[in-house]
Order: sequence, then C-alpha cells, then structure tokens
Amino acid sequence: MTSLSAKDKNTVKTFWAKVAGKEEQIGCDAVSRMLTVYPQTKTYFSHWKDLRPGSAPVRKHGATVMAAVTDAVSKIDDLTGALLSLSGLHAFTLRVDPANFKVLSHNLLVVLSTMFPDDFSPEVHVAVDKFLAAVALALSEKYR
Amino acid sequence: MVEWSENERSIISNIFSNLDYNDIGPKALVRCLIVYPWTQRYFTSFGNLYNAEAISTNPKVAAHGIKVLHGLDRALKNMDNIKATYAELSVLHSEKLHVDPDNFKLLSDCLTIVVAGKLGSAFTPEIQATFQKFLAVVVSALGKQYH
Repeated sequence: MTSLSAKDKNTVKTFWAKVAGKEEQIGCDAVSRMLTVYPQTKTYFSHWKDLRPGSAPVRKHGATVMAAVTDAVSKIDDLTGALLSLSGLHAFTLRVDPANFKVLSHNLLVVLSTMFPDDFSPEVHVAVDKFLAAVALALSEKYR
Repeated sequence: MVEWSENERSIISNIFSNLDYNDIGPKALVRCLIVYPWTQRYFTSFGNLYNAEAISTNPKVAAHGIKVLHGLDRALKNMDNIKATYAELSVLHSEKLHVDPDNFKLLSDCLTIVVAGKLGSAFTPEIQATFQKFLAVVVSALGKQYH
C-alpha cells in the first residue's frame, strides 16, 4: 500500500475538523455496526455483559477507539511512532487478528458516509481509507 | 442454499424499491474508480478518467453504473437461487470481460457506502447487515464460474 501524500494528509485533517465533537457517536455507531454486521468480531468481547448496538460497553469502547484514531490524525506524519504502545497492546495482550482492522475501518467509513453525506466525497473517502489502512499497518507493527 | 428470513427479504425489497438507480448506480461506480483506481483498467474505452472530476462527469461511466446496478435486479427476483441466476453473468465476467473477481467486493463496498450516504441513520446496523449479506451472495455467485 502507498504512503500518505501531503494532499491525503491535508484532506484527512480538513475532514476530521468537521468530525470534531461527534467522536463518541461515530465510535459507538462504528463498533455497533461491526458487531452486528460481522458477528465473528463479538468473540473479542465475551467479557462484556451487553453487546447490543449502543449499549454502555459498546459506547465506551467506541469512544476509546475514536479518541485513538483522532489522536492519530494529529500525529499523521509519524503513525508508527504514535501507535507504538497501542501496537504492543494489540499484539501481545489483545491479540486481535489484524484482518479485523479492515472490518472496523469499513464500518467507520459507512458511519462517516451516513453522517456526512455531502462532505464524504469520493476524494475524501479515498484519503480516509488510505489513512485508516496506514493506522492499521502501524497497529500491526509489533505482531511479528 | 442461502436462507433468507421474511424480515431480510422485506429489508432488501424496501431498499431497492426506494432506490434511484440513475443516481446511485453512477455514484457507486464513480466512487469505485476513484477509491480503487486500479479498477479503471477495465474501462480504457471510456475516455477521460484522468482525475476525480473527469470520472464524476464521464457519461459512459454514469451509463455503465446504471447498467451494473440493474444487474442486481436479477438477484432481487430470484433470491432463492442467486447462484444459478448469475451463472451466465459469471461466465461473461470471466471469459469475456476478464474481471478479477476481487473487484466485485470493491464495487459492493462502494455501493454500501453510497446507499449509507443516501439513507443516513435509516441505514441501521441491522439493515446494513442484510444489505451486505445480499451483496456478498451476489458477489459469490458472480465468482462461481471462474476456472
């Protein structure tokens, strides 16, 4: 996969400014969709009491994930460095199969499309998709 | 054979009966060509695809987008035998068009995102799951005759 061009980074940052304030809602919706549309992802959350869309643990986890993605936007010039400790967490403790990063990314894109239909143009879509792929790659650094 | 509940059938039927094919078809194909530029390899006869602006306004792309979306009508009418319904189209895509079947998933993801943009919050997780299931079955059927 290609690295992010200056234009890609700019597009992501500009779009993300519009997202500000709605991170929790976006994260919650994305995780809810992931668990519903890809039920195999539920296997990672067997310790939660309630896996339904919009439940308390889903909302909380969505907020956590989105906060990390938003942080990554601000550190877009060095994603590997920015995500080093989260990569360790996912590799050694959580041991999430990296295929699932693509699954969550797809659902994030769906949410962004529902919430920002006029702003989520094809050009913004490709930049954000590339960015999320770069985040996933950085997150996979420590796996092996 | 793929099982469809009454609820799933009704969800799919509702989505398509309220769909503006002339709007959604072009949008889905345009998005696919921009987000996954390697897919442009199949459309060298379409003229100017040099940038997002050109792709978005290309009349051949628009026409083709509508055609492809109507291709889903076959599945709508034959939900209980989608595999057999697409055998002929699968052969076409394999033998004549030489389309890598991985591309079907790319277009289907773009269609999901365009429909999501159109329906907004009405595109609930449950509806998304059913829509993606439907598209996955069609995609699988389209890949079946490749050898």
